[in-house]
Amino acid sequence: MSAGTTKLAVTVTEVTPVNELVTRFRFERTDGGLLPTFSGGAHTVVEMKDGDITRLNPYSLMSDPMDQSAYTISVRRDDEGRGGSLFMHQKVKPGDQMVISYPVNLFALDLRAKKHLMIAGGIGITPFLAQIKQLAATNGRFELHYACRNPALGSYVDELTAAHPNNVHVYFDDQKQAIDLENLLDGQPLGTHIYVCGPKGMIDWVCAKARDLGWPREAIHYEEFLAPQSGKPFEVKLAVSNKVITVGEHQSLLEAIEAAGVDAPYLCRGGACGQCETAVIGYDGKFLHHDHWLEDDEKASGKKIMPCVSRFEGKTLVLDR
Amino acid sequence: MSTFDFPPSITSRPTYGTLEPRAGKFHLMIADAEGAEAILRLAEADPSLMGKSHIMYIPGETGDRFTAKLEALAPKQLYVGPSYTAAVPRLRRILQDAHMGLQVYLTGTEGLMGQAMLEATTAGIPHTAIQTEHRGSVARRMQCVHCKGITENVITDPFKCSHCGLNLFVRDHYSRRLAAFQAVCIDAEDPGNVPPSVELYT
Amino acid sequence: MTIQFNDETFRGDYTFRNSQWAIDRFPFPFHEDSYMYSVNMEQHQGGPKGSVYEKRFDVDEHYVSEMKDRAIVLAEDPLRCQSLPHMTLAGWDLLELIMVSKSEDYPDLFELHRDGNDWHWINKPMGIDQRFTFMDETTLPYGPMEYITRQTQGDFAVLDQRDDNLWMDAGMVTTQADWSLDFDIGMNFFEWHAPVPKAHEMGIFVRALKFLLNVQQGSPARRLNWTMTVNPLLDTSPENYHKWGVQKTTLTPENVGEKQFLRVELQTFFRLPRSNALVFPIRCYLIALEDVVTVPKWGRRLHRVLRDIPVELATYKGFIDNRPLIVDYLSKFDDGLPTSDGIWPEKDTEPPLQA
Repeated sequence: MSAGTTKLAVTVTEVTPVNELVTRFRFERTDGGLLPTFSGGAHTVVEMKDGDITRLNPYSLMSDPMDQSAYTISVRRDDEGRGGSLFMHQKVKPGDQMVISYPVNLFALDLRAKKHLMIAGGIGITPFLAQIKQLAATNGRFELHYACRNPALGSYVDELTAAHPNNVHVYFDDQKQAIDLENLLDGQPLGTHIYVCGPKGMIDWVCAKARDLGWPREAIHYEEFLAPQSGKPFEVKLAVSNKVITVGEHQSLLEAIEAAGVDAPYLCRGGACGQCETAVIGYDGKFLHHDHWLEDDEKASGKKIMPCVSRFEGKTLVLDR
Repeated sequence: MSTFDFPPSITSRPTYGTLEPRAGKFHLMIADAEGAEAILRLAEADPSLMGKSHIMYIPGETGDRFTAKLEALAPKQLYVGPSYTAAVPRLRRILQDAHMGLQVYLTGTEGLMGQAMLEATTAGIPHTAIQTEHRGSVARRMQCVHCKGITENVITDPFKCSHCGLNLFVRDHYSRRLAAFQAVCIDAEDPGNVPPSVELYT
Repeated sequence: MTIQFNDETFRGDYTFRNSQWAIDRFPFPFHEDSYMYSVNMEQHQGGPKGSVYEKRFDVDEHYVSEMKDRAIVLAEDPLRCQSLPHMTLAGWDLLELIMVSKSEDYPDLFELHRDGNDWHWINKPMGIDQRFTFMDETTLPYGPMEYITRQTQGDFAVLDQRDDNLWMDAGMVTTQADWSLDFDIGMNFFEWHAPVPKAHEMGIFVRALKFLLNVQQGSPARRLNWTMTVNPLLDTSPENYHKWGVQKTTLTPENVGEKQFLRVELQTFFRLPRSNALVFPIRCYLIALEDVVTVPKWGRRLHRVLRDIPVELATYKGFIDNRPLIVDYLSKFDDGLPTSDGIWPEKDTEPPLQA
């Protein structure tokens, strides 16, 4: 069972450039039916058939969670990446049929919060777009602080400030504007929850500052999807299915396992959810752990690997899969 | 000695630690009776804490044994009240204006800690972020599962519900939302057959 | 086939009866001749035609009478249905899930007509015809969770998911195996299961939680649980234990077959879309021992399971005092022949009881 996610057959109905780097895609059900509703912060895993390669990339759903007619996602082009975002930008056209997963939420709002304080960096704005629509419909109290490089690359800045002029605060790097984090966190009412989505540096900065100011762990939420990194090809033996596979330069270990026809569980494909955790039976070499899931001692133990983002360099690697 | 080692029990039963100074700009300490000893120790561990601390203290049967010592700590604010119930409106007012980063320390009897924790969690602090240290009496606040009435300071098992009069036995199953342990009829299957009461933990 | 609803009681004169149809489809919980805890989860995507697994929310001949019994319990004790303030959205999710499922699965009994947020719900067995505005609590006579669960068999625990745990923050609980929603509301998965013996040490709850946290939209799961109840009493609550507990002492060798019931819970788990909560319906099925033993395989197996079950479990499940009486009765329906694997009755292949 692949992570217990059911699939949806969809048709691309709109491809809309948002700015130089970001393009929005609109999906409707191919059979004309309604899509499932979802909760703000959920993502879908998009299957990309690019010749012989199948990529599965997670993208936050940004449309109104109550709107069952279509889902939208925004994809930032990554010219250095493994090609998933380039495929979306260059190959996907209106009318194309694609397969996406049912929504999965690993970045849900804590609905007990007396106030939701959102901090976004760049393309990290997308889950908040859906969460804000959800909160606006249920009279939830929120405040968004959104940092982007410059006005031209500020995806959805105009829509957000027009719809919520009092709740949305935008900061442009090129105008030397920066979030005054200490003052922002200081003085928030009891019961406030923080949500951060953006580059790793921003997430670490917010989490560390909140901790220093005595915020409880349970009130700090973040989502950072790592894209799998490219690296040197390596060989892996899958002990249960008795296969030897080679992980290509631009392929993740999880993708290579799937390409060999071996069913492996997953949810986020970004090193965060823990679903794909795989036991190591034997190895001679070095692990390149890139995930947020395993604890440091687990990473050092050589007994576990998260194949969605982590790689290996060395002679032999045998996995319990 | 005011400390007691509770025997291991089921996972719903609260466990208590030792108060430790934490980072934060405002600290709220709530104690009853021998709980004062834990506050004195905390102040010793980090004297700088007191300048940003509000202490709410209910001496109960300890009378004025600890109040002078608490005053000597020179906390930012010290309140000494006659009962927890009397202190509740004040506590709610403090929490109403409090900000994220507030550190809460609870110490003393289980009943005091449980009820103050309920106020703090209702105000929006996760229960796991609240520190507790047990001191003093091991009496329990019990909810009769049948009539829902709370009997305070239960020290024997079984006991009689102070509301409906049923004979109840003491469970370790605990509800944070009620700040009480569960008490269940002991002679439901054999009415009138009630074993003699024994003191808890004897 | 349209279901013939029984007019029966689950208290007082206890007129509850299972028809032959209900006996044949009873969810017998033992797949082998012994029992120990296990996570035993499987996907809830239908099942054999006519079985209790076939539909998302099974409706049977006891529906109307069970709903009457629930109304009696709630009138006596409104605390059996509670929802913490942040769970209202999950209540709407649940209402939608049940209305959509029942109207699709039982079109002859239930109808749902939707025009945007203007909804029209028709429940024919209960004679309900309700127009309301979806997501507007003021247009329903009760909150959304209470409204729909007053019309759906089984208890409902609605679990909020946060901090890698599940929190029982809402529920409708009137047919429970001796646990109190009013006491347990707000607890996490480990806390509300705290009184269960042995299973914690076995790691059962850690594994079960891991599974449940990953139940996703569109992929519901299910499992069976069981206990024993004297008389077909749905409301075996701790709240009323001082009233019903004494009934456990009324068993005799003469009446055990008709008075002692096997109580089976069909537990299902659905991810709720808008709230990301998890709903945990706990559907209770009752069967008298004398009806169980009409299926030769079940008679043999139930005897062996109850005879060999560890004392802690028999105590926790509340039948330790009556076990000798029950096992003695069931022994007459166990001829020692082997039984086939699985829970199904296999009436065509399993040999009849040997004299």
